[in-house]
Amino acid sequence: MLHAFDAVIVGSGGSGLYAALEAGRQSRTAVLSKLYPIRSHTGAAQGGISAALGNVEDDRPEWHAFDTVKGGDYLVDQQAARTMAEEAIQAVYDLEHWGLPFNRTADGRIDQRRFGGHTRNFGEAPVRRACYAADRTGHMILQTLYQQCIKNQVAFFDEFQVIDLILDQNQCSGVVAVELATGAIHSFAAKAVLFATGGFGRLFKVTSNAHANTGDGPAICARRGIPLEDMEFYQFHPTGIKGLGILISEAVRGEGGILRNRSGERFMERYSPNLVDLAPRDIVARSIMTELRAGNGIRGDRRIDDYVHLDATHLGAETLRTKLPDITSFCRTYLGIDPALAPIPVLPTAHYAMGGIPTDIHGRVLGDARGTVVDGLYAVGECACVSVHGANRLGTNSLLDLVVFGRRAGRHIAAYVKDAPPPRLGADAAAQASAWIARLTDGKPGPHGGHLADRMQTLMMQQVGIYRNAAAMRQALEGLRELHGRYRDVRVQDRSRAFNTDLLELIELGNLLDLSLITASAALTREESRGAHSREDFPDRDDVNWLKHSLAYLEQEQVRMDAKPVDVSVWEPKPRTY
Amino acid sequence: MQVTLKIRRYNPETDDQPYYQDYLVEVDPNERLLDALMEVKRFQDGSLAFRKSCAHGVCGSDAMRINGRDGLACKTLIKDVATEDKATVVLEPLRHFPVQRDLIVDQSEFFRKYREVKPFLIADAPPAAGEFRQSQEQRLRFDDATNCILCASCYSACPMFDEHPEFLGPAALVQAFRFLADSRDRGLDQRLPVLDQPGGVWRCQNHFQCTLACPRSILITKRINETKRMVQKRRDEQGEPTHPNE
Repeated sequence: MLHAFDAVIVGSGGSGLYAALEAGRQSRTAVLSKLYPIRSHTGAAQGGISAALGNVEDDRPEWHAFDTVKGGDYLVDQQAARTMAEEAIQAVYDLEHWGLPFNRTADGRIDQRRFGGHTRNFGEAPVRRACYAADRTGHMILQTLYQQCIKNQVAFFDEFQVIDLILDQNQCSGVVAVELATGAIHSFAAKAVLFATGGFGRLFKVTSNAHANTGDGPAICARRGIPLEDMEFYQFHPTGIKGLGILISEAVRGEGGILRNRSGERFMERYSPNLVDLAPRDIVARSIMTELRAGNGIRGDRRIDDYVHLDATHLGAETLRTKLPDITSFCRTYLGIDPALAPIPVLPTAHYAMGGIPTDIHGRVLGDARGTVVDGLYAVGECACVSVHGANRLGTNSLLDLVVFGRRAGRHIAAYVKDAPPPRLGADAAAQASAWIARLTDGKPGPHGGHLADRMQTLMMQQVGIYRNAAAMRQALEGLRELHGRYRDVRVQDRSRAFNTDLLELIELGNLLDLSLITASAALTREESRGAHSREDFPDRDDVNWLKHSLAYLEQEQVRMDAKPVDVSVWEPKPRTY
Repeated sequence: MQVTLKIRRYNPETDDQPYYQDYLVEVDPNERLLDALMEVKRFQDGSLAFRKSCAHGVCGSDAMRINGRDGLACKTLIKDVATEDKATVVLEPLRHFPVQRDLIVDQSEFFRKYREVKPFLIADAPPAAGEFRQSQEQRLRFDDATNCILCASCYSACPMFDEHPEFLGPAALVQAFRFLADSRDRGLDQRLPVLDQPGGVWRCQNHFQCTLACPRSILITKRINETKRMVQKRRDEQGEPTHPNE
């Protein structure tokens, strides 16, 4: 089936919905989402969205931009970070005007709280910059944007899984999707396509991410020859619920929560004397792993699944009830504990991709190291790399990224499609996607995907996780290549067309396998430690050789690495201490 | 421990009638019911169809009937529903929806009713600079209603749908309340026609099944009753009767 729109938005999380609102005002826009729109993982973001409103203490966008750059270990493009910090303020007010129920100060303004790495006056001390709606800020952003989409009658194609991009001679002209309800393949001709498909935490065994976070957009782009940027930088959030990986918001520490080891010591004092528990996430996650290795975990057996305690018992029932209610509920449901009475057992959990599809600050995809724009192709949100997060994202900057760059991309698309040429789809536009599905469903005997997914997630978690070294990653790459080989034989067990979730999961597995190869290759190539990328064999940051963005091209089952410069036009890179 | 998942299955392409199929799975009592379903899906039977995403009770994808009660598979632990080894857990699709396949139901009617109540802020022009002011007390008034994840557990639990499928239902009414109780909202008159009609607020007869089922602990019945009072008050101000009957 063939559809034609001015713009197609792939994904209905925060950035996709915001872009759809903006693009939809002036052009025929459709949102394709593999989930019902309000099911997106934006809804799981908890702690806040940062903006230098200065509602509770002095703050400035310039400080916010600097913190973002330093937090990203100077791999952030600095003008982009400035843009984000400056536009943050109006973005938050716009959300409030649409009804977002922020917590309030005593004088009725938007309340703000502390978060890791956000400081006053270029690193002096923590600042209250995170605007929040209890500990469900992402849920509120998602709801608010979806409400506005309803009001503005945005067109949705729910449960359509995009599996290919129509790209010819650097011109994008649409996408190919499978409709879950029928199994039918649909081609969408569009002057502009925006990928807003979110993250890919399902690369790893223990993750805070949804089952749906399988990196569909980046994988599709990579297979179509577009490089992926900075894929070696993957954030592990320090505080996931032990075993399950469910996120326990940094807001717990923002409100005063303390990490403790088996002797009750506040160990972050040794690793970050200035910011202590509110150091950036890469530092806190590594500190926890170092404690475990030293036998200071709660069990003290030095195993990587040992854990530490997040102590919120001194915060008081009132703070927990009004500012951290969902966290309190998660602890009761999944751990059977009340965080007002007992510490929370936590362990780092795979959380956020700093890298992704390279874009400029308008969301336009850049197809090579020279920055050539791919006409009609956009990306925004976690699947994109602007780059405002560099080597390590600060908490609350992801929701901000969605809103600021979702809006910018939507507006750019609205202008672009006015003069863009009508899309031309060849008769064989869906051929490659159809062939993939035909192979998975041809009825031949073959293995199912379950064991492959399990093996990939274990390899990535154990060998391409928080601490990395060449030997382990080479071994992982060998294993991942073997899994790629086995994927060619994989077949569905479900032979029906309607609601064939088996087929969709195998497609997602294919996407994850491609991204695992790229991530591990990029991580093996970068011989330094920077932000979330920690090499045991190269423990120092190396600005002489590695102050550059990596670009990874997927070529068959090989990954070719390239690089491009970082924008350091505002602040000179300095050693990163907290 | 081991549990048997007894799952009601139905594939309209091949089945005349729904039937139950048993799956024996090895699980940890502290795992989620969704983990057990994923174990089946990944390693036993790829054809089993259900929705899922966030896996910790915030996206609303995996609402289903679990041993006859509505809830989220990812917010239900094995030990909550299986107290002994080899226990059986019965899983069925939500009620009051057409079944599309196995545990997947068609929620289009649910979302249509949600849209009916104009679930967005209807406000005066915003201030030229800064935010609308709202006190902490005003903010708290609608706090629990903002928790709703539109999972539709309440829609399945509500007994009124057995006789009155036109009822807007608990979730849509909670969404209406969420805005009506917001000090920034001016939308009562615009929402009045849909709320003050036989399928609107008056259909609720305080069975409290929605409140019991809600995985987000929203006091749904209480919020519906508050909404009834707002509608009544507005009709009194207009000097008009309410419209509870056909």
